[in-house]
Amino acid sequence: MRFTGWAANYIDERTSASTAVKTLGRKIFPDHWSFMLGEVALYSFVVILLSGTFLTFFFDPSMTEVEYEGSYVPLQGIPMSVAYHSSLDISFEIRGGLLMRQVHHWAALLFVASIGLHMLRVFFTGAFRKPRELNWVIGFLLFVLAMALGFTGYSLPDDLLSGNGLRIIDGMIKAVPLAGGWISYLLFGDEFPGTDIIPRLYVLHILLLPAILVALIGAHMVLLIVNKHTQFAGPGRTNDNVVGAPVMPVFAAKAGGFFFIVFGVIVLIASLFTINPIWNYGPYDPSPVSAGTQPDWYIGFADGALRLIPPHLETVIFGYTWSWNVLIPLVGLLVFLAAAALYPFLEAWVTGDKREHHIAERPRNNPTRTAIGAAGVTFYAGLWAAASSDLIATHFRLSIEGVIHALQFVTVVGPFIAYFVTKRVCLALMRKDREIALHGFESGRIVRLPGGEYIEVHEQLDDYERWKLVSYEEYQPLMVRPDARGRITARQRVRASMSRWFFEDRISPVTQRELESQRH
Amino acid sequence: MSNRIETQHTMASTSPAPARRSGRRHPLATAALLVVGLLATGGAYALATTSATAETTVANEQLVEDGGKLFAANCASCHGLQGAGTEAGPSVIGVGALAVDFQVGTGRMPMAASGPQAEVKPVQFTQEQIDAMGAWVASLAPGPAVPPERYLAGDGDAAIGAELFRINCAMCHNVAGAGGALTEGKYAPGLAGVDPVHVYGAMSTGPQNMPVFSDLNLTPEEKNDIITYLQYIEENPSVGGFDLGSLGPVSEGLFIWIFGLGGLVAVTIWLTAKSN
Amino acid sequence: MMADDHDGTTSGEAAETAVEKHASSASPGVAVERADRIPNPGFPPERLRVTDTDPAKERAAERTVSGLFLLSVVGSVLAVVAYFAFPIVEGDPSTIRLNNLFLGLGITLGLLGIGIGAVHWSKALMHGHELVEERHGTRGSDETRAKAVEIFQAGNAESGFTRRSLVRNTLIGALVATPIPAIAIFRDLAPAEDPIALLKHTMWEEGVRLTRDPSGTPIKASEVTIGSAFHVIPEGLTELESHKLEEKAKAAVLLMRLPLDRLNEREDRQGWSYDGIVAYSKICTHVGCPVALYEQQTHHLLCPCHQSEFDVANHAEVIFGPAARPLPQLPITVDEEGYLVAKSDFTEPVGPSFWERAL
Repeated sequence: MRFTGWAANYIDERTSASTAVKTLGRKIFPDHWSFMLGEVALYSFVVILLSGTFLTFFFDPSMTEVEYEGSYVPLQGIPMSVAYHSSLDISFEIRGGLLMRQVHHWAALLFVASIGLHMLRVFFTGAFRKPRELNWVIGFLLFVLAMALGFTGYSLPDDLLSGNGLRIIDGMIKAVPLAGGWISYLLFGDEFPGTDIIPRLYVLHILLLPAILVALIGAHMVLLIVNKHTQFAGPGRTNDNVVGAPVMPVFAAKAGGFFFIVFGVIVLIASLFTINPIWNYGPYDPSPVSAGTQPDWYIGFADGALRLIPPHLETVIFGYTWSWNVLIPLVGLLVFLAAAALYPFLEAWVTGDKREHHIAERPRNNPTRTAIGAAGVTFYAGLWAAASSDLIATHFRLSIEGVIHALQFVTVVGPFIAYFVTKRVCLALMRKDREIALHGFESGRIVRLPGGEYIEVHEQLDDYERWKLVSYEEYQPLMVRPDARGRITARQRVRASMSRWFFEDRISPVTQRELESQRH
Repeated sequence: MSNRIETQHTMASTSPAPARRSGRRHPLATAALLVVGLLATGGAYALATTSATAETTVANEQLVEDGGKLFAANCASCHGLQGAGTEAGPSVIGVGALAVDFQVGTGRMPMAASGPQAEVKPVQFTQEQIDAMGAWVASLAPGPAVPPERYLAGDGDAAIGAELFRINCAMCHNVAGAGGALTEGKYAPGLAGVDPVHVYGAMSTGPQNMPVFSDLNLTPEEKNDIITYLQYIEENPSVGGFDLGSLGPVSEGLFIWIFGLGGLVAVTIWLTAKSN
Repeated sequence: MMADDHDGTTSGEAAETAVEKHASSASPGVAVERADRIPNPGFPPERLRVTDTDPAKERAAERTVSGLFLLSVVGSVLAVVAYFAFPIVEGDPSTIRLNNLFLGLGITLGLLGIGIGAVHWSKALMHGHELVEERHGTRGSDETRAKAVEIFQAGNAESGFTRRSLVRNTLIGALVATPIPAIAIFRDLAPAEDPIALLKHTMWEEGVRLTRDPSGTPIKASEVTIGSAFHVIPEGLTELESHKLEEKAKAAVLLMRLPLDRLNEREDRQGWSYDGIVAYSKICTHVGCPVALYEQQTHHLLCPCHQSEFDVANHAEVIFGPAARPLPQLPITVDEEGYLVAKSDFTEPVGPSFWERAL
């Protein structure tokens, strides 16, 4: 104890650490399972850093050709790049090397997956609203960076799968108008595949991209602390308080323990399940290819977009080639990603709501947003499924052409269906909530009235349960009104029609008056 | 650019016979290829196929006769009494005993119903009956015969086999032999557990839509190397643990979403639930 | 920042006034603000845990937690033991599997022991009541903001940033100019040659023999039986000192023989095939995957990456999938020794499209 006191004093006199402890030590974090998804992402990133550091000690990104002399029999004597050779050595010669490779790769898949789920949670609960719009954008950049890190890492072993992945990237880059051929040439340092791409991607993968990622994670965390976490509506919880567990000790123990659980689960998966068996694929060679050549899941949507384009989309105008079959998916996906990044600003403009929002909404209570999200998810899912069209065909005994046509339908028409269905489901759920808030639950108890009539007794909610059903925001469409100079601007009209789209169908929360009239 | 290509070509034209990469291939393979190449000179590939089957054409007549009867009873409705084919099935003249061994020995023939392609089913005949039908079909016209045991032993060079497999087979059958999709509902089957003679038979005869890899393309030794590789990956399961079907990133992605992230979401629910 | 333990009886009134107060501070836009909304009922009574009421349960939980931490120590020790007890034996892949498995399981135990133990500790034994912290608006107080403006103004006044417009504008100009060298110095990422010219030619030229991939042995026309598919590289590729893969990435060819009656040949390509033997570029015209799945009965080629289908019987025209153009055909014939040779290079660039492709 005396030592602890001495050490604390020593540090505080040099760092003013007590101020930080005073500010942060009893900060409150609300408890909800969906608030832990970002933590899964953060912790898998830490696991990636740790395992990746181990791998850098053994990996050599050179593309110099050597002959394989390691212990994997089916590759002995085969010429390959040093990068691939050292990846094989990590897998076959170094104790724990394969484990670290598998930990690294599984953690990477989990990293992007948990970011995705975290983003969906934030989107569907409206947790991106003021004052968190900028943190949404930072989070979005983290998502894009995570995909970039994943793709560069996928390419490093220089096996057949990763080489064909780069081949596709090369093909897409070449389709870029004006400078495609040149960009590819500069990127690869020569004609594809060249001997520079792996070392270049390596620098991006272990230095530049992680540095940016770490900086952005820092910014993300700082804003999280400044803004404090959102919480779901509940009795006693308001827009002006945070209810939950303090950092010291409960949240620290939980979150710290959760780090070890995430780490443990990743190591468990890595010790039981193979990931990316590079020895099967062989070294990169432009001639062979494997059935089932797919990118890791998070690039799947882009690969799927390439697959869904109908044939013959290319035009030559004044001798210059426009490869619509590559440009449409490329631009389409950029627009999709940009729409996701900018959505908070769009919604803020439509509602004109300048207040801070710290209560996470239940998805049903904002039907239009939830329906837009469902449409986006359907679009993404259609593209994603298309990336495994060949496996869907073989596993469900379908024709590949049929699968592609079905997924073209899902991707183009599916979002509209999803939008419509989701919106109706949300409104129905809101109606049900309203009904329950007013009349209570059906208790299942049937009572016969003196008059002979049978009724089911409804059990009223208590105030705490009811609060969860009635405490949501309500918006109404904007009325178009002339401005000070008596004009109605086009901007006004657009905003009005957008807000009509958002809020025309709406169900108001139960009011005190309604509740009282019901009681009497 | 043009400079580079030209120098390459001068190099190529000054070396009369392209040398193989050292240590890559059994020396016999080259010799065998040369022999086969010489045999084939003059464009008479009929001669080559006859020479390949020569050793097995001493089929005894009894066997041929039995085979003929079996064929008439089980196959002729589609392939015709004389094996010349009908609208329902192709001619079997010249397909050889090996094609019969593959098609009937894997249960693909007799076909149960028409579909995108013939499916593997329980085998309907004994090996003797299959051999008899093979002998009868081989008696119609020369064709690939069942290879001698030494080409099926799986004692070749797995590294050469793996490389040949990647170049010639993996695009349809997947690098780990897990199978893959073809057009219009057809598919290349998975290769796990397939008898070496059927692997050999498929390569030599090109069943259905599979291309033919005759002995002039892949020598018997090279086919044995491929069989060796397939046996290696079957006998040595993935060093990393369960292989999730060797289907690549798709099964890995599904696994991490369903079991990895799914499991962790279950943990978060436990984590944030209030203790009793 | 101070967190207060709520006693479960805090009235909803305080909470409600907080909402009101907040709502009035900024524009609500199109939000509906009702006067008669149901009031916040305040915090519900806290439910106690068994460990709060039963000392025996509390001791049991304590034992569980320390048991889990001990288990973690055991796991970490086991991982080290596994590292040495399951060495990798050269030539026996199953030893790698065991090393991976037991090392991993040991580490897993070490990690999950700590993790589950810590979480159980926090859930069962640590202070179990929810605490409340007040939120404050994110914006700085008016006072702070006024001070910030003051600082900027002082900075501006003292430096003359707005006043000395020449200094300011030249600085902006200089800052804009500085990154230009950074763009220029990336030019040498690739050699000085024009990549577009490189893309338009391959190793194939008149008289170059078609050879097997990967061995480089030449192919006789007579060896290509009907239904065969040969994976082909140009003669001399295997001996290249450099740029082997770059050349292969353009020159890889698939050789097939079709029955003559199935092969439709275009007028301008008469003589590009030999006795039903045709050679097509293996590099997909979509984004460059090797198109290698040949169906010998339908004569269709399928790309395994994006499922473009090409009909070899009809000069490899696209019949399905995202590709826009047919695969380029390599004109072939036989030399005096009967070996298949190219009649020329491809007559169009192979592989994916690029801007200058058609020029």
